Amino acid sequence: MSRVFIALQDNENARFIVEAISEDNPGAEVKHSPAMIRVEADDRLTIRRETVEEKLGRDWDTQELQVDMISIGGNVDEDDDSFTLYWNT
Amino acid sequence: MNAKTSKRLNMKERYRIMTRDLGWEPSYQRYEDIFPQESFEGIKIVDWDQWEDPFRLTMDNYWKFQAEKERKLYAIFDAVSQNNGQMKISDPRYLNAVKLFITAVTPLEYNAYKGYARVGRQFGGVGARIACQMQSIDELRHTQTQIHAMSHYNKYFGGMHDFPHMFDRVWYLSVPKSFFEDASTAGPFEFLTAISFSFEYVLTNLLFLPFMSGAAYNGDMNTVTFGFSAQSDEARHMTLGLEIIKFILEQHEDNVPIVQQWLDKWLWRGYRLLSIVGMMMDYMLPNKVMSWAEAWTLYYEEAGGALFKELERYGIRPPKYADQTVIGKDHVSHQAWFIFYQYGHATAFNTWIPTAKEMDWLSEKYPDTFDRLYRPRFELLAEKAAKGERFYNNTLPQLCQVCQIPLAITEPDDDTLLSHRDTVHDGERYHFCSDGCRDIFHHEPEKYVQAWLPVHQILQGNCGGADMAKVIGDYYRIEMGEDNLDFEGSAEQRRWAAWKQAV
Amino acid sequence: MSVEIKTAEITPVRQTYGHTKRRFGDKPATRYQEASFDIQPTTNFHYRPMFDEHHELYDTGYTLLTMEDWYAFSDPRQFYYGAWVAARAKLQESTETNFAFFEKRDLGNRLSDEARRLVTRCLLPLRHAELGANMNNVGIAANAYGTTLSQAHMYHGMDRLAVAQYLSRIGLLIDDTPGLLLAEAKSLWMDDPAWQGVRRYVEDSLVVEDWAELSLAQNLIFDGLLYPFLLESLDERLLDIGGGDIAILTDFMGDWFKDGSRFIDALFKTLAGESEANRTQLTRWVAHWRSRAVEALTPVAIEAGIELDAALAVLDKRLAKLGLLETH
Repeated sequence: MSRVFIALQDNENARFIVEAISEDNPGAEVKHSPAMIRVEADDRLTIRRETVEEKLGRDWDTQELQVDMISIGGNVDEDDDSFTLYWNT
Repeated sequence: MNAKTSKRLNMKERYRIMTRDLGWEPSYQRYEDIFPQESFEGIKIVDWDQWEDPFRLTMDNYWKFQAEKERKLYAIFDAVSQNNGQMKISDPRYLNAVKLFITAVTPLEYNAYKGYARVGRQFGGVGARIACQMQSIDELRHTQTQIHAMSHYNKYFGGMHDFPHMFDRVWYLSVPKSFFEDASTAGPFEFLTAISFSFEYVLTNLLFLPFMSGAAYNGDMNTVTFGFSAQSDEARHMTLGLEIIKFILEQHEDNVPIVQQWLDKWLWRGYRLLSIVGMMMDYMLPNKVMSWAEAWTLYYEEAGGALFKELERYGIRPPKYADQTVIGKDHVSHQAWFIFYQYGHATAFNTWIPTAKEMDWLSEKYPDTFDRLYRPRFELLAEKAAKGERFYNNTLPQLCQVCQIPLAITEPDDDTLLSHRDTVHDGERYHFCSDGCRDIFHHEPEKYVQAWLPVHQILQGNCGGADMAKVIGDYYRIEMGEDNLDFEGSAEQRRWAAWKQAV
Repeated sequence: MSVEIKTAEITPVRQTYGHTKRRFGDKPATRYQEASFDIQPTTNFHYRPMFDEHHELYDTGYTLLTMEDWYAFSDPRQFYYGAWVAARAKLQESTETNFAFFEKRDLGNRLSDEARRLVTRCLLPLRHAELGANMNNVGIAANAYGTTLSQAHMYHGMDRLAVAQYLSRIGLLIDDTPGLLLAEAKSLWMDDPAWQGVRRYVEDSLVVEDWAELSLAQNLIFDGLLYPFLLESLDERLLDIGGGDIAILTDFMGDWFKDGSRFIDALFKTLAGESEANRTQLTRWVAHWRSRAVEALTPVAIEAGIELDAALAVLDKRLAKLGLLETH
């Protein structure tokens, strides 16, 4: 088992994204530090477009993540509907 | 973004058409003449089509997202310069970390820009080439946003005014300079292994996250903002690093030992380089974030652990001497600050003895080493300074032929003994700080014998003569009494006090 | 709480960086100046490149041309990264509006078959040529000496990737089965006799080692002939055969070319203005690549049923203005 993580700038957008992540990934752990939010999980973490759109109340492109994302750990798999971080181990 | 229609292809297919489908098999010129650097390192690429694009970013979205980031960033820069934002900084000693950053790190960003431009032209695979090009232009962005972030501080504080000139000449800046030039002069695959993987993926969090948090804790709005903004590009770069390593390893089994040797080399080189960051975190931030040892545990041992576990299935083991970095984490920052303190007349920033409160913090963070080894040394230096005998070392140190750090770091298994290795090559003796650096030399002696070692160069008269005051003032352009010496009694300290009165 | 600051007493110690001051004087500098001049390492390089032991890492010898000061070139657009990306985001925004308009009104269906065919045969294959332009400019960014020269080529190179990608989007947009027209255009690029001259020109440019010659062959000559051909002659021809709406999609190329030409003209003006030796060398290269470009694009023009003359006149006028056209 290994931890994957994503770190986001702590801003208005990120709050909704983190809410969506928590809903879709029940095991995810959210850590707040100054100006930054880090979300960790075992082996796998998925951000789903639909859930984020629901939280934001508007259309959201998975690539918009790039504006607020400051660091990641894990392999990336991205398509129109989701953004996933994972380890193969 | 495009309207979503039934005709719309999915992201992967669309990206394929927008990038790799643009490429073609040449027939009027030979592949190896168009991409002459692709094969000389011995890396075997069987099929570039196996390359996985981690982020499927096309130029339209690139422009859109990046412009949004830039708008936010420059709005902050404007606000800071319009409101004397420098006066919000916690303590003027903090600015010395910024001076170190612009002289040591910003020029590396520039080198990265040029290096990725080269690889972004040289790789035969379109997907990998474009990923490198985007990183190249991002690195140029980082260079320029850093210059602009610090432009305002440069108007009020010393040590930043001649950063490109200093980078090419000043003794301690040859550490980052030689590090990056080592990568830039290597082939494209080693360059990516060194910078994208070892530096960006494994170590960059250690540079940016503590530095940015340090800026946040010390009231430096410009640095926090450019740091986070740059880091949002970095997430893309890190993924390029992981993808390139997996790609090379999957292409051919003969690539595995070559990559392993590069991983061993570049982790060690990166670790040595980051001693400067460790020192910055433990000694130069008036309001501390976390200790270097804690950062190394969190960002290297834990995050790096998951990573190397992932790479095990390709036959890759954790980098050689990784265990020495774990021992060293309790020592390097103290030893580095001690070096800079004693050569504080030849630095483009101020140095100082930690305050009593700061020493207590160090004792708490370094229970096994600080009180036993380093506190007594600093207390002795403080006593001398109090008597008006601030210690400056006027002898020139022996430098490591590879990392170029003075030989003042201790043995991994004996922290009271300085570590020193040497070897004879072509009748000439070369000196090293560690087994790690000596190994690197042995693997490519013809490269490292070329190193421009600042101390040798001074002794040979290539830096403006034998008079150290002239070397420092004329050759380095470090202004005596303005940029250098102890913070106590410095021009910076005096000016800050006067400005604070005016606030 | 905002703090009242008596600004009069907090005076700057200096106005700008030392190297900026030495070049532009002791006064506040522009963002372009601080971010572009004298920031590239110049000396005390540690190791020779393993891929080229005849040069230093940053070396003026990657071209036959010589300059007293390589920072004599200044981008008239004053593009540093932030300025470039802001300008391009603006271009992108209006281009997206155009593409969305075209798609929403289903203008693709209004195209005559002849127009769709002309776009496929004469416009879409250029996405590959644009990738070549991308590679050439990025390669120049790597080799050219000094930041002002290097960065302008880098922006130009990324712009070309964008052009290639927008051309691809045009192909997708006017296609009933997205991807088919692009595949057809690619096979023309690979095998059709009409396109082999252009493909040969592009591949030959990819092995040119002198960055100044390469910039001339690509940015001044080839583009200088191609873009007037596309933007004026081909546009008119499309209008004649029921394809006028395509201009909505290619509109950005006109804006982009105008903007890029400002940089390219300034570049060659500076290089040629330095010395007679530079001018002679540039004129020699112009003579060589101009005739090759004409030879390469003529079959494409014939394919399109257009004369190349008008575009060539535009190029020659530009070359004459730069003083680089041999007159016999």
